[in-house]
Amino acid sequence: MTAITQFVLLVLLLAIGYAFGRMAEKKHYKRIINEEKEMNVLPAISTRLPPENKIYEQQLVLGSVVVANDYFKFFTASLKSLFGGRLNTYESLLDRGRREAVLRMKRQAQSLNAELVFNVKYVTTNLNGGQKGAMGVLEIFAYGTALTPSHK
Amino acid sequence: MIVSNLELVFGKKIKNHLGVVQGSSVRAKHAGRDIMAGLKNLVGGELKGYTELLQESRNEATERMIEQAKSMGGNAVLNVRYSTSSIAAGAAEIYVYGTAVILSE
Repeated sequence: MTAITQFVLLVLLLAIGYAFGRMAEKKHYKRIINEEKEMNVLPAISTRLPPENKIYEQQLVLGSVVVANDYFKFFTASLKSLFGGRLNTYESLLDRGRREAVLRMKRQAQSLNAELVFNVKYVTTNLNGGQKGAMGVLEIFAYGTALTPSHK
Repeated sequence: MIVSNLELVFGKKIKNHLGVVQGSSVRAKHAGRDIMAGLKNLVGGELKGYTELLQESRNEATERMIEQAKSMGGNAVLNVRYSTSSIAAGAAEIYVYGTAVILSE
């Protein structure tokens, strides 16, 4: 009896995870793509040294996001990791997270009327504290220096 | 106070290097947020509570670094780097470091 209830619960969790997770990912990608088009006017560059032909004011800008996979993806990924190979579910999660973090950083730069974001660095951390078998909760953090044209 | 992850400041010269300054902050999530995050974990996506927590933590670490730079008499911190490490299931350390300098026109 308990085995059956456990099985039903698992299927239910998987179904909820699949339905909501898929919906949320689609929506998120749509928003990311739209906002990236808008933010194309403000490029983020990973070059270390800034242009020297113009005087800018500089300020640190940050963007961060904590993301987690849904239950369905977690389940399929742990199945798949038995055989090895690409884990697409985690790839798309990290992709979304990174693009979102950069967008947030750029939004902060935009509020400072910046023209460029220079020396962009990424930091990715797994927040589950090394617990085995725990679902991955990841923080993705992007930072850089926003350059605003100086009027002095 | 200028804080930047570049190694120079436009239109100014570095008069004096004061050495590395640092700030760190360890924070844990409170239980209510933890439960909400656990639910959110089921459907995936962003865990806003944690995002905010880490942002607060990062601001605090940066403040501490700036305090240290001020106490050394610096007026800018350059080449700032951040790192995060997860030390337990509910807690993360944010560490920030940079070089305190004195700038002159």
